[in-house]
Amino acid sequence: MNSDIFVWPFNLGLYFILIYSVVRSTIWFRNLSRADKLRLQRGFFGMPFMQSIREIFMESLLHRRIFKKNPVLGYMHMSLAFGWFLLIVFGTIEADFFGERHLNPPSHAIFFRWFNPEHGASGLAAIYGHWMDFLLIFILSGLLLAVVKRFIPGMMGMKKTTRHTWSDRIALISLWLIFPSRLLAESFTCGAHGNGGFLTGNLGAALASFLPAADIAPYFWWLYSLSLGTFFFLLPVTRYFHIPVELLLIFMRNSGITTADRWSAYTEVQTHACSSCGICISVCQMSRAAGINDMQSVYFVKGLRNERDIAAITANCLMCGRCDEVCPVGIELGPLRLIERRQGEREVTKLKFFDRYGLMRRREHIEREPTQSYSYLTPEEEKPADVLFFAGCMTHLTPSVIAAMKKIMDSAGVRYRFMDEQGGVCCGRPLMLAGRDREARELINHNSDIIWKSGAKTLVTSCPICYKVFRESYYLEAEVMHHSEFINLLIEEGSLRPGYLHRRVVYHDPCDLGRGSGIYDEPRAVISYVAELQPVPEERSMSLCCGGSLGNLTLSSGKRSLIAADAARILTQSDPDEVITSCPLCKKTFAKATETRVSDIAELVAAALPKPVRKTRGRASLAAVKTVADG
Amino acid sequence: MKEKRKHVIVAGGGVAGMEAAGSLAEMGIRVTLVEKGEDPGGHLLQWHALFPGRRPAEEVRKYLRKRIAHENINVITRTTVEKVRHHGHEIIADLSGGTEERADALIVATGFDLFDAHRKEEYGYGIYDNVITSADLEEMFNGKRVVRADGSVPSRIGFIHCVGSRDEKVNNNHCSKVCCVTAVKQAIEVRKLLPESEVFCFYMDMRMFGPYYEELYRESQEVHNVNYMRGKVSEASVNINNRLVIKVEDTLAGRPLKMELDLMVLMVGMEMSKPGARLAEASGLNTGINRFLESADQHYGTNRSGVAGIFYAGTCTAPMNITDTISHSRSAVEETVRYLGGR
Repeated sequence: MNSDIFVWPFNLGLYFILIYSVVRSTIWFRNLSRADKLRLQRGFFGMPFMQSIREIFMESLLHRRIFKKNPVLGYMHMSLAFGWFLLIVFGTIEADFFGERHLNPPSHAIFFRWFNPEHGASGLAAIYGHWMDFLLIFILSGLLLAVVKRFIPGMMGMKKTTRHTWSDRIALISLWLIFPSRLLAESFTCGAHGNGGFLTGNLGAALASFLPAADIAPYFWWLYSLSLGTFFFLLPVTRYFHIPVELLLIFMRNSGITTADRWSAYTEVQTHACSSCGICISVCQMSRAAGINDMQSVYFVKGLRNERDIAAITANCLMCGRCDEVCPVGIELGPLRLIERRQGEREVTKLKFFDRYGLMRRREHIEREPTQSYSYLTPEEEKPADVLFFAGCMTHLTPSVIAAMKKIMDSAGVRYRFMDEQGGVCCGRPLMLAGRDREARELINHNSDIIWKSGAKTLVTSCPICYKVFRESYYLEAEVMHHSEFINLLIEEGSLRPGYLHRRVVYHDPCDLGRGSGIYDEPRAVISYVAELQPVPEERSMSLCCGGSLGNLTLSSGKRSLIAADAARILTQSDPDEVITSCPLCKKTFAKATETRVSDIAELVAAALPKPVRKTRGRASLAAVKTVADG
Repeated sequence: MKEKRKHVIVAGGGVAGMEAAGSLAEMGIRVTLVEKGEDPGGHLLQWHALFPGRRPAEEVRKYLRKRIAHENINVITRTTVEKVRHHGHEIIADLSGGTEERADALIVATGFDLFDAHRKEEYGYGIYDNVITSADLEEMFNGKRVVRADGSVPSRIGFIHCVGSRDEKVNNNHCSKVCCVTAVKQAIEVRKLLPESEVFCFYMDMRMFGPYYEELYRESQEVHNVNYMRGKVSEASVNINNRLVIKVEDTLAGRPLKMELDLMVLMVGMEMSKPGARLAEASGLNTGINRFLESADQHYGTNRSGVAGIFYAGTCTAPMNITDTISHSRSAVEETVRYLGGR
């Protein structure tokens, strides 16, 4: 009766997952670039290691970020992760302290009560038993919430919960079974021996009063071991693999490894670190406004991990970056999607099980030929300028913004050259968003050539899309400024003196300017200077996408309209006189989604300028340009 | 016992509403014609001449005015029908003034709104001086003077087709049907008024669907030297001489080109009218993805709403020309009378 065979499912599972994790980590480490290997080695003996320990404690165990988002959801994650962690730690201490010998195998700690049924009747051991019971009830409370969440996601502030694969479901059931089976196993054993803490003792006594506890107990010990073993065996092919992988990810990130622009061991670690929590579904506007619930980052990462065909998911994303902001694991979801877009098609339909889930996976892509050549672009002649104004294609579709910028720069006496007045070449970012970097590079080179030849110190653009690519993918001497930054500078240095308009306005952060480039304060400073700026519900880093995004390659205009209408509704909740944005695309998109007037920040400032336009303030602004260039 | 005289409300006093009211009145039915403007007449009030024969619009206006000058017709102006309700067999229309009107049936003839050209900001309507709409040009024809904002005579005029029609970006996938032939008509008129000028039409397709439209199109090329270029204008700007510069792709020649214009005419399309949309929303009438009213059957029931006692006439169901509007309106009357008789 007192046979120990039942521990073997647990033992096998545990050794399997330990060996698997070590082998997997080793392969990932080997696949890192030389530089990244060095970063990791240096990190191990320096601060990054300590930072990682702290972060692992705060995030992987306590789940601080999820707590901030929703306390109940945070408690659920914390009780399961931190509770289980404590149970293992204190279980090991218990086995070491109260067991027959020191340094027991793990199974002796996990199944301590089975091996020491008479333990804990009195004294310190009894008090310790209460503590262990408390930890168990802590976990069980989280488990209860998890079950509730699965069926009623709304209770935890989640709009939607993730759809899972069959392996995830089996792993989920085994995970759910672990703690109730432990509770019952311990209770029956305690019931049979008349001991135990406040939970297992009382429950055991109650059960033993009408059941043959000693005979039933082994079944539950078997169930406990089997659920643990199943869970461990399935771990590598399920979302729960994120538990060990997240630790590695935190350490890698703290050591300074970054996503870069191609697949690497680091991106693979990121895809395995996703817990499929589904928080990205809840914040995704395609879900909340347009009813699209199968294209979100969680499905993208899952498809990537399991080598599924995700071409449709890869293309169908606004690239607004809201999911990046809220991902509790900190996976760089936008950059990952861009990498996948860059790779082009791949053959994934006929993969065998081990190609999908094995250790030595290879991402084979069909090499893509450049679809377009811009060889017809001829180099332009040299035209010197101090300040270059680049409107961009989108701004050319909103001529009122161009007119406003001309008025502002003339009023401030800026000596500028309008780089693309008679039509210019695209900045290259739409191509990059489509994953066509090679083609984009041709455009970038063409524009760079013009900018370098002009000798300009400042490049001002009215389009956040251009702004981001000028800053990140061009090699320029000129300082790149978005027009909101430039207007702010002109006001600060005193060369532009707009009046005050008695208008209540709200500001919409464009994705590429706010989340994409971190410009939040300058536009607000400018607006507050000329009008009354009111707050909106979701702003700054959680600002909404207008729906017009160039990042989405497949979304229908009908769905885009739904997203635009929803975002416009939230923006105009306070019934402002005007919605201000600083992106021509946002302006165009919102203009047809709301009855409220939508203007660019430049139009607002231009409207606040004194009527007779003063044209002779050249010197002041040249000084401004100098300080910009020097600073 | 003498049967009570039937009463029908006609919502909208444009071409469809006036024709419907006239036909009903002729049959001895009492009509209340509800018009939102100062006078009945609708969009036709602004029009100078009509395609394909370029007859004066006044001739059709005169016909319609005569049509509603009937003792059975009561015209209420500056009013809209906001909602239609049923009370047994009776129809109750809530009017914008807060009053209500009771009747046996109601014909929706709320017509269309012209697409607001400000919504295609890239064409610069309201931003550049010399960008006008086809309706603005018609007003100029009324004054017999086609000039630029500064009073000068334009030497090159461009007509931009499909502004607000067949354009996913403004949520209008539908074709407004009449703008192509309107452009042909207006191009000829401009050429006749300004014989020295050059006229270009930028089109996606030339949809000459009615009798003598194709002939008019041919005439415009052979007699009046109107130039047609297949390609959609992407954007417009103004150069230092205050001339408009448009970017367009000549899709027949397969090359992008830029052209300077003195005057640009936007051929604005048709959209469901705002009062019509409000009425549909409030009364639970079905609308299609093009936002026009959706008839009970596309082929043999375009006047039927699917709701007892409510019928549709004219462009509240789809873009159509005056000829088709009048026919559609008469068939709406036929449906209405059959409904009233069957009760």
